[in-house]
Amino acid sequence: MTHLLGVLFDGLAYGMLLFVLSVGLSVTMGLMGFVNLAHSAFAMLGGYLSVTLMQRAGVPFLATLPIAFVLVGAFSTIFERTLYRPLYLAGELDQVLLTIGLVLMAIASCAYLWGTQQQGVNLPPYLFGRFSPFGIDLGYYRLFLIAVGAVIAVALVFGLERTRFGAQIRAAVDNQRMARGLGIDVNRVFALTFAVGSGLAGLGGALAINMVGLDPNFATKYLVYVLLVVSVGGLGSVGGTFAAAVLLGISDVAGKYYVPEAGAFIIYAVMVALLLWRPAGLFGRRV
Amino acid sequence: MATPITTDPRRAIAEPLRWRWYEAAFWLVLLLPYLLFPTYLALASQIAIAALFALSLDLILGYAGVISLGHAAFFGIGAYFAAILVQRWGWREPFSGLLLSGAVAAAAGYVAALLIVKVSRLALLMVTLGMGVLLGEAANQLGWLTGGNDGLHEIAVLPLFGRFTFDLYGRTAFLYAFAVLLLLFLAARRIVQSPFGLSLRGLRENAARMPALGTPNRRRLRTIYTIAAFYAGVAGALLTQTIGSVALEALGFQRSAEVLIMLVLGGTGRLYGGIVGSILFLVARDQLADMNPQYWFFWIGLLLILVVLFIPGGIVGGVAKLWTRIGRGS
Repeated sequence: MTHLLGVLFDGLAYGMLLFVLSVGLSVTMGLMGFVNLAHSAFAMLGGYLSVTLMQRAGVPFLATLPIAFVLVGAFSTIFERTLYRPLYLAGELDQVLLTIGLVLMAIASCAYLWGTQQQGVNLPPYLFGRFSPFGIDLGYYRLFLIAVGAVIAVALVFGLERTRFGAQIRAAVDNQRMARGLGIDVNRVFALTFAVGSGLAGLGGALAINMVGLDPNFATKYLVYVLLVVSVGGLGSVGGTFAAAVLLGISDVAGKYYVPEAGAFIIYAVMVALLLWRPAGLFGRRV
Repeated sequence: MATPITTDPRRAIAEPLRWRWYEAAFWLVLLLPYLLFPTYLALASQIAIAALFALSLDLILGYAGVISLGHAAFFGIGAYFAAILVQRWGWREPFSGLLLSGAVAAAAGYVAALLIVKVSRLALLMVTLGMGVLLGEAANQLGWLTGGNDGLHEIAVLPLFGRFTFDLYGRTAFLYAFAVLLLLFLAARRIVQSPFGLSLRGLRENAARMPALGTPNRRRLRTIYTIAAFYAGVAGALLTQTIGSVALEALGFQRSAEVLIMLVLGGTGRLYGGIVGSILFLVARDQLADMNPQYWFFWIGLLLILVVLFIPGGIVGGVAKLWTRIGRGS
């Protein structure tokens, strides 16, 4: 029983990580319908930024997190302006190909700059180790991840539901033409949302290092997980992304623990079945 | 491809089917490696197989507008079935083996299409990707049938027509792969220029309008998906028969991604695009073999971005556009 709770806890922490990695993509895809496969490349960039800041400049781990968020967010706007904007009205094939091209280039560039070996982080001592109340193994870092994920989820829900900017985003997701008609500058809304979403990916990449490691293949490996979460959760839905991320995190950890021979089978089978049943995802309103 | 404006529907259908001199020249050039580069024949057969696979993807992506991130599934089914035919059942005759493998892949394609026609956009990407991964995982787990991680080896088919053995230099293999590619290309050329092919292009351009005109959308998509799966299965079986082994990478995600890249570089919706793209991709990779694969990815990624942004029709599309511009200028 306590063992099961321990697996649930690990799965929840992993799910939170997936949530931070994917929520930005869910909102931007819901807004513009732009299939941005390079989202995970932004996450990888955040991870490498964090590692470099720690190793070269001696910045403590916790301080690298907001820096990764801001820098990746700012960096992503360059791409949004130059490469993405011409393709908003193009078919999803062109978007997929352009962003796959970016992923390939990102992988090669990271391998060139940082090498192909696994990167590590220097955690502050209070994030090390674990404690065991009632015999359940709880790692401090995982607890920290869950806290960060929860704070971000609450902040996003608050921002989307209670602020003027959030109302503009929701309006643009629901009906872009109507929103434009009401005088909302959808392009500006999108550019800002894109920056925040990519910044969150960068933050997620930095958070991920201690849990899943970081090497140039991070971009392709986690791309699949991110897309899984986004498509199952439904585009443009923070709650749906949260639910899907936690569901996926727990089932992945539990699956690897209890039925290791099934491999990735369960997750993919569940995803395909869910999408055939509800093509717009669990909480999505639009395809 | 400039379609002449004509009011006679019979001519409109017959005109693009007419052979042009440059098409015949193109196919003759493809035969050149047999005379000029006998040491590269193994690579040339790989290219012919990849071109057939890209042609298969072009049928669904270029003509029907259905994206797939898991097309290697059908390639892999054909490749494994061709191996299993030889190893388990001792069915060693190559031509019938090829046809049977294609038929099995086509059956799988029909079943997959029943599900795929229900989804679009992101869900379509994820369902095709998921199906590909599931099949790869299944092949990995069913070790008794597929050899698991080791794959299946020493698959020897009988000589072609009972006479031409698969020699060490790959002469027979090259001519075999070339002939199959040419035959299936001719069939594809006929298919896409038929009224059926025209309705597919209609679907690609406007999926809401075609049903309103009375076209059964989903049935058309199922048909072309089945045909494309047949092509992919034949390509897979060709690979097994010519190299004598099959491994998990026959149905991996990398193969699905590579065929997509080859097709897009060459140009979608033109049949020739897949051939040109696979020549370019595989020759470049062969020449840059000593380069670190990471850097190879960099250049392929850059090339993809440039093609998407600046030459939407791929290389064949770009050349065709240039051709008409020169023609108009003179």
